[in-house]
Amino acid sequence: MLAVTAVGVVTILAVVLIVAALVFYLVSVIVQLRTITTGLDEVITHVGEIVAKSAPVNDVVTGINEQLDAGVELLEGLLVKKAGLTDAVGLVDGLYPGAAAAGLRSFPESTTIKAPRIGEVYTRGTLTLARLGREAPIAAASPNGPVLRNVTGGSLAARQLYPEARQSRPDSLARSPVIGTGAPVRYQPSEQRGGTTPDAAETREKGPWAGTAAEGIVPAELGGSDAPRELLGEDPELGSSVLGATTGADEPATETGVDPSGGDRADATSDAGPDLPQGAEPDLKDAAATPRPADGESAG
Amino acid sequence: MILWWLGNIVLIAVVFPVVVYLLRGVLDAARSIVPSVEEIARVAAAGSKDLDAAALLLTTQDQVEKTVAGVANYGGSLDVILDDAR
Repeated sequence: MLAVTAVGVVTILAVVLIVAALVFYLVSVIVQLRTITTGLDEVITHVGEIVAKSAPVNDVVTGINEQLDAGVELLEGLLVKKAGLTDAVGLVDGLYPGAAAAGLRSFPESTTIKAPRIGEVYTRGTLTLARLGREAPIAAASPNGPVLRNVTGGSLAARQLYPEARQSRPDSLARSPVIGTGAPVRYQPSEQRGGTTPDAAETREKGPWAGTAAEGIVPAELGGSDAPRELLGEDPELGSSVLGATTGADEPATETGVDPSGGDRADATSDAGPDLPQGAEPDLKDAAATPRPADGESAG
Repeated sequence: MILWWLGNIVLIAVVFPVVVYLLRGVLDAARSIVPSVEEIARVAAAGSKDLDAAALLLTTQDQVEKTVAGVANYGGSLDVILDDAR
């Protein structure tokens, strides 16, 4: 009886031990699984946000790519239309060396074209001028072949972009003033603002500066002050009474008139400056106030 | 009686270690998953935060449309003022 009781107790202890181990480990596993479940819930939340935020990205990026594709096709088509396929490939390769191998997307045949070395012959500025010049010989077909690939011809072609006067290679080119006494007469005088309009004799007598007044200001047909009222701006007060008018006569406006010999008696150059004592050591501060000897001689 | 004792010995010497070994393996595997899940959750949160800028793609799309429209207008003007190659 005692033996049976002993073996039974051992069995019970063994079973309890096994059950205790099961409980311990299973509870630990359950705790870990709950932690995992919590983490996965957080992951699912963030993944849901990612899905929601990235949902429109595909459509937007597709739209952007379509727009960019359209822009690329437009620019490539314009370049090929204006420069020709061969030169277009050369231009692209000149700006981006090696790009000619990839060719133009809209022109698959461009990959087979050997890119002309445009970038070595012309600077970018010359190319721009050549393309912008409507009659530029670079852009025109030449019987001597494509001038873009001819170094000598290319130089001549670039020079021919300038006005005709330069083509004969003169020793000295006339200056091309825009303003000043040598400026070209663009508008014939149509009005007079004081004094007389100098004629050729007066201009010759007084010098070229006097001829400046002969150019007039703004002609009537372009809205000058003597233009018809409908061409003038919204300022009707500025009529002739404000702008003034000449008498049309050569008589002086005052009784005594203007004495032109007054300038000959000018003493500004001979008597200018402070009165310095004779024999005194000149001070450096008076150096600029003392009349120059040349001024005194010219005045005397 | 002897068989009973043998059964107890087997139960303690064999079954119990095997049960402990297997349960410990399951527990270790479960514990090893937790850091991975936490890392995934952290990366997912960072990814979600990075995608906050995705809304700016709408502005980018609008800007691209305007830019391409401007390029198209510019190209159209060039097409008018420049001669064709041939």
